[in-house]
Amino acid sequence: MVTVTIATSIDDACAALDSDPGALVMAGGTDLMVEVNRGTRLVGNVVAVDRVPELRGWSLEGDRSDVLRLGAGTTCADLAEPSLAKLVPALAQAARTVGSPQIRNAATLGGNLATASPAGDTLPVLAALDAEVELRSSAGTRRLPLDEFVVGVKVNALVPGELITAIRVPVLNGPQEFLKVGTRNAMVIAVTSLALVVDRPGRTVRVALGSVAPVPVRAIEAEVLAAERCDFDGMSVPPDEVVERFAILTADAARPIDDHRGSAAYRRHAVSVLARRAIRRAFSGVPSVAA
Amino acid sequence: MTTLEAVSRTAAGPRIGESAPRPDGVPKVTGSFAFSSDLHNDRMLWGGTLRSPHAAARIRGIDVGPALALAGVHAVLTHEDVPGSPTYGLIHRDQPVLASDVVRYEGEPVVVVAADHPDMVRRALAVIEVDWEPTEPLVDPELAADATPIHPDGNVIRRVHLRHGDQTVADRQDLVSVEGTYEVGMQDQAFLGPESGLAVPDGDGGVDLYVATQWLHEDRDQVAACLGLPDDKVRLTLAGVGGAFGAREDLSLHVHLCLLALRTGRPVKMSYGREESFHGHVHRHPARMHYRHLATTEGDLVRVEARLLLDGGAYASSSSAVISNATCFAVGPYRVPSVEVEGVVVRTDNPPCGAMRGFGAVQTCFAHEAQMDRLAVALGMDPVDLRLRNALEPGDRLPTGQVITGTLPVAEVLRACAGHPSAAVGPDDPMARPGGAGRTADIDDVVRGEAVAVGFKNLMFSEGFDDSSSARCVLHRGVATITCACAEVGQGFVTLVHQIVGEVLGVDEVVLAPVATTSIGSAGSTSASRQTWMSGGAVQMACESVRRELLARVAAANDVSVHDLVLVDGRIFSLPGGGSGDDYLSIDLSLDEVTAEPVEADVVHRHAPTLPLDADGQGDAHVSFSVSAHRAIVDVDPDLGLVKVVELTTAQDVGRVLHPLQVLGQLEGGAAQGLGLAVMEEVQVTDGRIRNASFTDYLIPTALDMPPVEIAALIEQPEPGAPFGAKGIGEPPAISSTAAVAGALRDATGLDLPRVPVRPDDICLASGSALDEAD
Amino acid sequence: MTTSEDFSLVVNGSHRSVVDALPGESLLFVLRERLGLIGSKNACEEGECGSCTVRLDGETVCSCLVLAAAAADREVVTIEGLTSEEAVLSDVQQAFLDAGAVQCGFCTPGLLMAVDALLDADDEPDELTVREAISGNLCRCTGYGRILDAVDRAASARRSQVTP
Repeated sequence: MVTVTIATSIDDACAALDSDPGALVMAGGTDLMVEVNRGTRLVGNVVAVDRVPELRGWSLEGDRSDVLRLGAGTTCADLAEPSLAKLVPALAQAARTVGSPQIRNAATLGGNLATASPAGDTLPVLAALDAEVELRSSAGTRRLPLDEFVVGVKVNALVPGELITAIRVPVLNGPQEFLKVGTRNAMVIAVTSLALVVDRPGRTVRVALGSVAPVPVRAIEAEVLAAERCDFDGMSVPPDEVVERFAILTADAARPIDDHRGSAAYRRHAVSVLARRAIRRAFSGVPSVAA
Repeated sequence: MTTLEAVSRTAAGPRIGESAPRPDGVPKVTGSFAFSSDLHNDRMLWGGTLRSPHAAARIRGIDVGPALALAGVHAVLTHEDVPGSPTYGLIHRDQPVLASDVVRYEGEPVVVVAADHPDMVRRALAVIEVDWEPTEPLVDPELAADATPIHPDGNVIRRVHLRHGDQTVADRQDLVSVEGTYEVGMQDQAFLGPESGLAVPDGDGGVDLYVATQWLHEDRDQVAACLGLPDDKVRLTLAGVGGAFGAREDLSLHVHLCLLALRTGRPVKMSYGREESFHGHVHRHPARMHYRHLATTEGDLVRVEARLLLDGGAYASSSSAVISNATCFAVGPYRVPSVEVEGVVVRTDNPPCGAMRGFGAVQTCFAHEAQMDRLAVALGMDPVDLRLRNALEPGDRLPTGQVITGTLPVAEVLRACAGHPSAAVGPDDPMARPGGAGRTADIDDVVRGEAVAVGFKNLMFSEGFDDSSSARCVLHRGVATITCACAEVGQGFVTLVHQIVGEVLGVDEVVLAPVATTSIGSAGSTSASRQTWMSGGAVQMACESVRRELLARVAAANDVSVHDLVLVDGRIFSLPGGGSGDDYLSIDLSLDEVTAEPVEADVVHRHAPTLPLDADGQGDAHVSFSVSAHRAIVDVDPDLGLVKVVELTTAQDVGRVLHPLQVLGQLEGGAAQGLGLAVMEEVQVTDGRIRNASFTDYLIPTALDMPPVEIAALIEQPEPGAPFGAKGIGEPPAISSTAAVAGALRDATGLDLPRVPVRPDDICLASGSALDEAD
Repeated sequence: MTTSEDFSLVVNGSHRSVVDALPGESLLFVLRERLGLIGSKNACEEGECGSCTVRLDGETVCSCLVLAAAAADREVVTIEGLTSEEAVLSDVQQAFLDAGAVQCGFCTPGLLMAVDALLDADDEPDELTVREAISGNLCRCTGYGRILDAVDRAASARRSQVTP
């Protein structure tokens, strides 16, 4: 007989996982239940973590309160709320493009990470922010940078008995953009997406891409160019040749494939267009007020 | 009319021309309305279907043993268990109930199972062993005609070669010519309520089937033949239908359910999931169409040549009617003295195609309207003026030689649509721009385009089909009970029945008898925009017959002439001047009193007969036609190839508005499906395999994709012979909308865009404007 | 922490016990097949159509993607709970009828739940807000025109109810 454990604390959840490390950890269920309904995932014991208050909240950490700790159970709807959107606007925008309002009410940030789909909408933002993933098991806590957590198409670094408890991202001073291409104007899987964040004091631009590689990819060369050539003081619009070069370098980072949602050629092209638009929006000539 | 005015109207019930409430409205908003997937029986089993994973394969053997051995599994059936006809089909019975030696498309049913729980069904299906020998599928329709037949009936399902007028004008050198090749992708009806039903064995060798369908009696005939049972042993009752749009005109799970129920002696329910639904019904035919238009420099069409190739997929379904429509309406609602169209629909190992809203005409409208726009460019004419100049009128001949004897306001719908002021505003909110929620476009990234298109189609069945609908009206103690087997699929026929009864009899208490094969004869199919005319007409006839009998009854009882009696709002009065002249309104009887003994009428309603097409595609094959026009305004982000349709404006030839809100609903809903085909909807098939059999990847418009629909005009020219003068209105909105959106995309981008749905690549990765390359 | 095999749900205010459910049964399946509440519809079973929308502790969710056993003791409101006990239609239900927003009706319950939740949060939504709020509810019959009109009607009905 299989059991469904409704955890009300992280310790609960860890204990349940301790007794059955193979148990399925379910938060919003919006990805897992699709597989269950389809019959492609057989259901054994389940640890439901959607009623663990510790997983739901967020807080600012660090000496200067410039690290945002997001509980893994934070829903996409929560992420889009103004209080959080102010701190990580790109994440809020990405969250607002996830599925439908109903999905956003249930789907969680931790779930989006655990599914580790190339099209996971929050992943490019987390990659651009150099997010850190906090994992817990009865053995203790460990932290992994995003690129060590999402390691392949729908492959993550969770070991049996472990669950995602939190995601940490920096609160940056600078504009952020998230753009997502889909072939419908709402409720659509990303054909490609791009997150761009600016760290004005650090004088860096970080850009990451979704749906163009097995895992979210950073466009490092484009970032180097932007760091060298962008105006972090006046936030003036970069010269056209910088924008064009930035777009080319960003597209070069993409390793897209052809599938039923779009061709590789289209994805590569779209990435360059998104890059051009994102950097122009971020450096729009208006210095943003420090957060 | 003073008398009638003197009789104050007391009834508040529904009448023709009013937006009467839907009789099924309250159950539908409270959740109590039972759709076919909601059926339940305490003893019921669940059914499921094993389908071919291959587009083409031989079956060397099927081992159902492991499935039968599972606990909770009650029956596992193959082709060997089909007692009657091994095949079924709407027009040609060429499709196996369960595949025996070969499969011809991915998803073809092979084995059916009944078990205690859907999960057990799934487990049983997983352990059935089929010894497959995959073969090379025939997937290119261009090759089908000459390829080795994949079916005993051959690979050409039907070829229609239409020749009209002087064929020698093809060689005239003084004409302006434009040529183009166009493609339409495979569209899915994507009704929301998946195929489902419940079969209940009667313990006496017969079976009752409750199912969502468009045509109960046709289903019954096919099911009974496959079960090897007489018609009266197979009884179908309409279950709640969650949309249809053509996809329920063919059988799906009907025979399977009955086989399982008869074998197990238990009620069996089956309900497809969405993925299975994509494999479980026919789709809109993909089309490749080559056109050449010849016109004088003044803009008069002289000749149109077209070659149409439709992919029918593995089985015939309604393909032969679809290619007929495509051919007959290939040139659009224009006066063309010389026409040659060769229409061919072929068999391939692709998913079977059949009926979908506007069939045949949707595909060709996209092509002929693209051609008209190109011709306008070539002539340096305004595209609407070119259309108006060539617009068909009553009295003109169609390319089939048939003279239009009814109404067909082509110029009227065009003028209304083109001249309607636009309410479209700039896309200030990023969410309202192309890309929508993805917020990809800035205001400067967006260009706007606009185009008008017009299309037409036949109403009802054609080519000599003996089309009829039966209805019965029983008026008893003032309550009218209407029996008619017309399938309500959402269109609102049930509302119309109340309106007709109210209009003809003044009776507001109306009961609709259950829709079942046992209660009355066929109503024909809920398709081809035909039920308002055919079944509405049947109900009207039945009510009028009752009315006549009532008046005769009262006249006889009161020794007055029927001509001196009137029936108004549920009461019968005598007219002044009748009888003695002094006893104004001396007779005043309620229908309740008059129908203490019931009055009953049973009628069969037929439309005017039609004729088959001859060898040259000539003949009076159609009953009536309806035309619609759309104007689309679109915003395009050319760099990303993303699209937002900003506004659709339409004008339609409706004959007469019977129910304003339902008309609006049909026009808006049909336009949404047309928009979908233009910009997003396609069943993607590669090597015979569907790659997007889900609502995650087969995209239909959401509320953020569908713009407001402006109604420029509803042209009310009563159609002779049509009940209340009303034309069917369901299909035209889906015909010209696709063409208008595609035209607007061309206007915005300057690209040729010869294929729908237009994909982002087609816009932003186009090598250049083919308009520039033309000529 | 609770561990459950059999469990109970709180549906439209009533405790309903569920016994002998198989592993993995969704809230939608349990509502429809075990509790006889057929109003929530199954049209895609992957969260892409909204036909199965219910409210779970007040929030709209796709019930097809909720593991029924994991929803034990949470407040579930279905379309059947939208009508008052006296069988009076709610403002949203009445508005859908009046506006002609119902055709086949398969998407209707899910849409009603989504619109009801929208108007609880915002009884004067602008058009784009409405479109986004119902963008997770596919309708194949109406093209959404009459539905948008119904939302307008329902919103003004709700405003007039709360106006002092």
